[in-house]
Amino acid sequence: MAGSGYAHLRDSDDVVLALRDIVVEFRVGGGRVVNAVSRISIDVRRGETLAIVGESGCGKTTLGKAILQLPAPNTGQVMFEGTDLTKLPKEQLRSARTAIQMVFQDPISSLDPRMTVGEIVGEPLWIWGRGSEADREAKVRELLNNVGLDPELVLHRRSYEFSGGQCQRISIARSLALEPRMLICDEPVSALDVSIQAQILNLLQDMKDRYGLTMVFISHDLAVVKAVSNRIMVMYLGKICEVGSPDAIYSKPAHHYTSALLDSVPVPDPAYQRNNVALQGEPPSPVAPPTGCRFRTRCPAASPLCAAEEPLLREVAPDQFVACHHPRL
Amino acid sequence: MNTILSIAAMNIKFVTPRGLLEAVHEVSLDIPVGSSVGIVGESGSGKTVLSRAAMGLLSGSTVRREGKVVFDGKELTTMTREQVRNEFGTGMAMIFQDPMTALNPVRRVGTQIAESLRIRLGMSKKAAVVRTIELLSLVQIPDPQAMLRKFPYQLSGGMRQRVMIAIAISCSPKLLFADEPTTALDVTVQSQILQLLSDLRRELKMSMVLVTHDLGVVAGNTDYVAVMYAGEIVEQAPTSELFANMKMPYTEALLKSIPTIHMQSGKRLAVIEGRLPDPTSRLQGCSFAPRCPYVQPKCTAEHPPLVNAGNDHLYRCWFPLGQTIARKQ
Repeated sequence: MAGSGYAHLRDSDDVVLALRDIVVEFRVGGGRVVNAVSRISIDVRRGETLAIVGESGCGKTTLGKAILQLPAPNTGQVMFEGTDLTKLPKEQLRSARTAIQMVFQDPISSLDPRMTVGEIVGEPLWIWGRGSEADREAKVRELLNNVGLDPELVLHRRSYEFSGGQCQRISIARSLALEPRMLICDEPVSALDVSIQAQILNLLQDMKDRYGLTMVFISHDLAVVKAVSNRIMVMYLGKICEVGSPDAIYSKPAHHYTSALLDSVPVPDPAYQRNNVALQGEPPSPVAPPTGCRFRTRCPAASPLCAAEEPLLREVAPDQFVACHHPRL
Repeated sequence: MNTILSIAAMNIKFVTPRGLLEAVHEVSLDIPVGSSVGIVGESGSGKTVLSRAAMGLLSGSTVRREGKVVFDGKELTTMTREQVRNEFGTGMAMIFQDPMTALNPVRRVGTQIAESLRIRLGMSKKAAVVRTIELLSLVQIPDPQAMLRKFPYQLSGGMRQRVMIAIAISCSPKLLFADEPTTALDVTVQSQILQLLSDLRRELKMSMVLVTHDLGVVAGNTDYVAVMYAGEIVEQAPTSELFANMKMPYTEALLKSIPTIHMQSGKRLAVIEGRLPDPTSRLQGCSFAPRCPYVQPKCTAEHPPLVNAGNDHLYRCWFPLGQTIARKQ
């Protein structure tokens, strides 16, 4: 089967989220179709943080949103705690979705500038009619406290009065209001300064421990995900390149794309010499992706086989799976 | 040492409803001919205000500016706006952070690059087109001929930033300001753009000011670094000297907060607790004292002067790192 393969899937009881053969396509006029996500299968265990890493346009955000059916994938299954979300009727899907919440990339535009912080964080509770008004206010105060904001100071202020890092804290408080079991974070720190990034990453870790969350963490920066993830999935043009434990992937990346991503991370040491040439060019158009391996047009190890046949994921080391005909070993 | 740009005792204040906001305080900085100087700091540290003021881009009734800027032997601070404007393009040029909004969305790429060639260098239409194609190949855009007719929305972020760079270098400026040129880009594209900038700098014998919040970006791409905090330069040194021999606790904290691929996964990241002081009221002591892990009584009482440690290394700290004194942890 010409998918990304299934070798990396785990068969165990504690899998909370299982994506099977997810395809998301967008029509762009002229009969052309953007292949944003092409047959991706992955699973996430309870309490795990799965990082999805790749360049702009690789389909990582689309995949994250497909979990929430925003929009629903064209084909494929999204099994969340044993229920296929793609098959649920609208009302049931709405209530099932309260268990999965999302934190967006741009902390400022994802908050309504006309609402007070108290209203923003309390809105999910109000929509779902959770508790009395007093209960809700107590809950909002608790949430704000937990994300490191002083409720007395922030409750009646509006989002434009806060910095990017504080807005991201408010976003996180809102996403936790309904006590979700899963949190999808889409580039939660890429709009923030390095010094603030660390604070938000630590906060997400704390919230994960406190609320027992399972997380999907989407990012283009391998350095950022290292601190927070238990499992890493590298994507390129809608396909999986490599899946595995952070230790394996960072110490000996098997896919040439993963290694190029690692080499692109800036190193704060003027004496550091890059041993590889950084990746040249940009990804090809997802309207007409290359045949065979989609990375072959930029790959230093490409051969005729790569154009003819699509590589499937296979295990190259314990808990390290790569879709490449010529892995780096 | 010849300097292309010299900033002396620069003070910049903004008139706001809350009173005078001090964005830049007593900053002096020399940019040697042919060198690349990094200005590093968090959001709100005054780095962008400083670079805009150095280019004469700050004016208006709400700006209070003191100090002297000498560019290429000419004192910008005493020149009229028209005279300063004449320095743009051939004297200095700027690359802005957000390539999505810095380009004109309704004009073709070719027209936008040719504009400065026609106005500033007085080229004929034909000559400007020929030069535009040369510039586009110089910034490594594939198929420059086709690029002429494109609109910015048709380009990726990396391609737009290349177009911005082509515009900036079109009139062979002596000094290029790059204000967070890669912050909006993916890591892979970031390393390409930084490489391009340093190649162009060597080829065109330009001096460069690189403004960024990321010490990792500064490390491999600059000769000198100035670290800014709360509107002041708190440490300044040749890049290798700075990284080898850090004196200022703030610089150290900034460096430690960068997530790297070498860090252990699941470990908490180092953060700089607290936030920048209120810019409307300057602290009596060191402005970093409230967040400094090594703070001493003297730090909150007296403002530290900029001290020269030799090797062109300046720092603003009463108890610099690397000295054997009892420290509060």
